[in-house]
Amino acid sequence: MHGVEGFMYPNEVELQWSILIVLYPFITGLVAGAFILASLERVFRVEAVKPTYRLALLTAFGFMLVAPLPLQLHLGHPERSYEMFTTPHKTSAMAMFGFVYMWYLAVVLFLEIWLDYRKDIVLLAQSATGLKRWIYRLLTLGSYNVSDKSLAIDERAGYIITVIGIPSAFLLHGYVGFIFGSVKANPWWSTPLMPIVFLFSAMVSGIALVMLMYMAAVKIRKQQIDMRCLDTIARYLFYTFVIDFSLEMLDLIHRMYESGESFQSLDFMVHTRLFFSQVLLQIIAGTCVPLALLAANQVYRFSDATRRLMYGAAGGLTLIGIFAMRWNVVIGGQLFSKSFLGYTTYKLEFATREGLLPAVFLMILPFVIIWGLITLLPPWSATHARVVGGQHGGVS
Amino acid sequence: MEVTRRHLLLLLTPAAAAFLDHRNGVSAAAPESKYKLADHYWGMIVDIAKCIGCGNCVRACSQENAVPSGYFRTWVERYSVPDYPEEHPIVESPNGGMEGFPNTEHKNTKNFFVPKLCNHCEHSPCVQVCPVGATFETPDGLVLVDKTYCLGCRYCVQACPYGCRYIDPHKEVVDKCTLCYHRISQGLTTACCETCPTGARLLVDLKNPKDPVHEILRTNAVQVLKPHMATGSKVYYKSLDQSVR
Repeated sequence: MHGVEGFMYPNEVELQWSILIVLYPFITGLVAGAFILASLERVFRVEAVKPTYRLALLTAFGFMLVAPLPLQLHLGHPERSYEMFTTPHKTSAMAMFGFVYMWYLAVVLFLEIWLDYRKDIVLLAQSATGLKRWIYRLLTLGSYNVSDKSLAIDERAGYIITVIGIPSAFLLHGYVGFIFGSVKANPWWSTPLMPIVFLFSAMVSGIALVMLMYMAAVKIRKQQIDMRCLDTIARYLFYTFVIDFSLEMLDLIHRMYESGESFQSLDFMVHTRLFFSQVLLQIIAGTCVPLALLAANQVYRFSDATRRLMYGAAGGLTLIGIFAMRWNVVIGGQLFSKSFLGYTTYKLEFATREGLLPAVFLMILPFVIIWGLITLLPPWSATHARVVGGQHGGVS
Repeated sequence: MEVTRRHLLLLLTPAAAAFLDHRNGVSAAAPESKYKLADHYWGMIVDIAKCIGCGNCVRACSQENAVPSGYFRTWVERYSVPDYPEEHPIVESPNGGMEGFPNTEHKNTKNFFVPKLCNHCEHSPCVQVCPVGATFETPDGLVLVDKTYCLGCRYCVQACPYGCRYIDPHKEVVDKCTLCYHRISQGLTTACCETCPTGARLLVDLKNPKDPVHEILRTNAVQVLKPHMATGSKVYYKSLDQSVR
């Protein structure tokens, strides 16, 4: 049979989950990671990353809106997906997605952004004209009280929501990892480490994305970049990346040492069908190189221009590496037979429902949404003056 | 007509009976059927030594259940196992074994056929993962799919360790062996058992004390596929070689 090597069960030849399901953990990972970076400033008082706080929230929100779309597009009957809310099957990890998603989107992200921007929205509702004025008036939700007392309540509520938001972000992406990690039929997926590996890789990708977004935003706006902020983000990226890489290596070493029933199959794949995406893209280009770039900055002080270049390269490669990791989990996990006697091939189509074209569109869409959000709610607004640690702080 | 308290009380008894039937999964049209869900618990015994790889079962299943071309509710594999190392068998299943098998090129090996189908597991991973409960276990021991409810998310296909599920390309919902439920609930056997010329497949009712399954299970070395998966498979294999996966 074309594309098949060895023996596959006859129903296994066709892959069930396509590139769209690769996008799903990639996008939710970016959401969780971006939110956790935002919470660094809000909860852990890492003041240096403050210039990225609002940008990180809007980035998380933009990607969160797109997160369910690849799933919807993939379903055989998307018109029935509401059944997951109305009659969820309680033993299914997937059934809980809707609830975790709605909790995170509506309760955590929306409320946090609204509370943080409330003063800006009220001021803009009074100063803007035309359609924008109506949008801002709608966004006030009828609350125009921006007294110091009211803003202090907002600040307190925002803090509590962020505190709740951190475990929620963990839950969101840890849960995505559990969807794969709990499939005992598939040894490539079935490991209790999967949720935690997904979680740390999510943090890595989200931090890298916000770092790149911040660099791009500063460049577009022709502003002076805050190097202290950039250095701090890069440092956190390095720390989380070290943990992520250690966990993945632990998983790999464990599998090699145990050499269980499936090991020969998985080993064969890594050396053949997944060699490019796993060894070259994920491990070498997407992990070792960015880790080396980030590590070099921990031991040696390069010039500002060199550091920007190194951080930019590290961020870009990190995103490629994490995307490759998602690819290797989702696609790689379906390339071998559950009989461990054969291998199939994934044929990426182009302009079909689950092809490359809709995947590219779905990756561009969040940036369009974020651009819209930034236009409506500028993260660098001069009116942004939130009480932090009892002091009024402003953002450039 | 005015509905009096007397009428209401008279209606209560049949209404309660209908409600209990509905809760137990007996349809309104069922009163004439003698089939009682609680009286059966279905499974199958496959005798590998008896299978000749003719493909009758695959063809019968395909016709009986209108299985789309290229997909299989049941299929037959041919194993050619060298004496050493046994964990590297050569396995073939051309078109699911539907047209039988060409003569084997492997002469110095242990050759045998293994019919496969849904194992109707007692602890089905596919039922566990279905996000809406479209895949469910019946009280008489089958794993079935409500196709009007299935989202087509394919999570159950991933969760099945035996490769028994596929997505119907026309209906975009999952499909699998029903153990010919439409036949066995009418007192018939499955299409695959009916057409097997050697009796390699035997439909069994584990709740029927007179069923030969009890004697077979007592007096033979019987295995299930991938026992380490602990799925509670109810397809039992006689003479199963350890190389079979």
